[in-house]
Amino acid sequence: MIRFLLSRFIQGIIVIFAVITITFLILLASPGGPFRSERTLSPEVLARKMEYYGFDKPIPVQLWRHLVHYATFQFPESQVFAGRTVDEIIISGFPISAAIALPALLLALCIGVPMGAQAALRPNTLEDRASQLAATIGICTPSMVLGPVLAILFGLKLRWFNSSGWFDSSDWVLPSITLGLIYSAYIARLTRGSLRETLAQEFIRTARAKGADDTTIIFRHALKLACLPVLNFLGPAAAGLLTGSFIVETVFQLPGLGQFFIASAINNDQELLIAISAFYAVLIVSFNLLVDILQAWLNPRIRLQA
Amino acid sequence: MSHHAEQSISPMHAAWKRLMRQRVHAVALAFLVLLVLACAVGPMLSPYTQDQQDLELKAAGPSAAHWLGTDSLGRDMGTRILQGGRVSLEVAFLATAVAAVIGVGFGMISGLAGGRVDAAMMRFVDIVYCFPFINFVILLMVIFGRQFWLIFVAIGAVEWLTMARVVRGQVLALKNLEFVVAARANGASFWHLLFKHLLPNLVGTIIIYAGLTIPGIMLLEASLSFLGLGIQPPDASWGVLLGDGSRVMDISPWLLLYPGIFFSATLLALNILGDGLRDAFDPKSMSQQ
Repeated sequence: MIRFLLSRFIQGIIVIFAVITITFLILLASPGGPFRSERTLSPEVLARKMEYYGFDKPIPVQLWRHLVHYATFQFPESQVFAGRTVDEIIISGFPISAAIALPALLLALCIGVPMGAQAALRPNTLEDRASQLAATIGICTPSMVLGPVLAILFGLKLRWFNSSGWFDSSDWVLPSITLGLIYSAYIARLTRGSLRETLAQEFIRTARAKGADDTTIIFRHALKLACLPVLNFLGPAAAGLLTGSFIVETVFQLPGLGQFFIASAINNDQELLIAISAFYAVLIVSFNLLVDILQAWLNPRIRLQA
Repeated sequence: MSHHAEQSISPMHAAWKRLMRQRVHAVALAFLVLLVLACAVGPMLSPYTQDQQDLELKAAGPSAAHWLGTDSLGRDMGTRILQGGRVSLEVAFLATAVAAVIGVGFGMISGLAGGRVDAAMMRFVDIVYCFPFINFVILLMVIFGRQFWLIFVAIGAVEWLTMARVVRGQVLALKNLEFVVAARANGASFWHLLFKHLLPNLVGTIIIYAGLTIPGIMLLEASLSFLGLGIQPPDASWGVLLGDGSRVMDISPWLLLYPGIFFSATLLALNILGDGLRDAFDPKSMSQQ
């Protein structure tokens, strides 16, 4: 277990440094240089700025400087938001993204797992078909349609929530529901499929033969094994929630991390772009590691291998 | 005679028959074929072009002249939806093809090579799996001016990983079967084994995963275009139309509704067909359905 964690940790560090390098290389290929949008700069000012941010150095030196910054937690200054370091900016934007993503994930699990479990227990009944239909509709509804519909309905028409912006303490609700409903559809389908497969196995038949009721069978025996594919899905889903957050933050005009990323891509803010990419990589790596540990804990048959 | 024909039915034909056994699969396939035809031919038959403006009819509802209404610049929505569908479908299929070529190539080489090469290649896939790809795609789009070819190359380069893993698993299972061992004993080269013996046996797997990948890619393209980073106006894709529509949906809701219906119905048909293909080519997975 320790060896496995260690090897995953090292792999994670490789991922983060690779992401920094790739982002740097993509930016390097961008035409026009780092201050291309500020056309009015005089040559002297431009040279001073280039020197200040280190863009006058040879490419390998620049890359090395980035890597050293992150290895030593000496985070650089943003080029566009002058005077603010990139970690300050991330810390200001990330809580908004997290305040949407976490309730969305919880909502997805709270709707998806019971819905899928109900359907799996009563296969091919009306209930099963209805929940499968609902899940299919959820999967086929993109967030850029559901988001505006919810904003109009609960924001402009019913006035329960603001239709956009980040002002009130309830502004996370509509974006979270948008993301949560869509992910609950995927989770319901996965839960149904894997629970049906688990319920067909022999240890469940044995438990039934011993007289265990539905609740005992589901909670004590089946769900533990059946939620493994769901857990497996949650790793990529973390990345998906990030993607979804780009859309949802645009629809609801939230000043989250996704918006900072798009803005800094358009402004060519290299330091901030590298920092946000690296931060997303850290999130994905941590989430995948968490999923691996949970899986090993739930299923003793999985031996963690380095 | 008919008895013979039944015995020598090819795997492809058998899968086709299994697919068509359920009416919903046939309906989904028919819908997609009609949609592709409509998107290919429709814009030519339409009396309007996608960027032709009728400024008297800004954001007008459906009428006899414009069946699906006009958008806020007075352009015919029906024509734009079909034209946009053409772009969305093109991106989806081309990007899937890119993903399939990279994924199948990588997975086959990794599986057949085995040993250290395989371990290194799969470790590479593990690492790449953790990349925040959406960031890379957004960066590429912003920097390189949102060119059409770049969209499907970028998306395809993101979506090949699952294909590589699945194909490698299949190759590992296949490569110790007798016909491969026999070919190897006869001195078949690495590439000969790969293309002549393994690839034909992977067709089913490739079709299954291509089918499951297409709807995801359509969503990704729509997301990029929605953010203004994919297909650029005045050209349309469904993502562009959804983006335009969502901005004016409180005043002219049909501008979101109609492209939304087309997009969701297409995703639905693709999902149904994808599941159907999986069952048809891999009857074991029926139990999961």
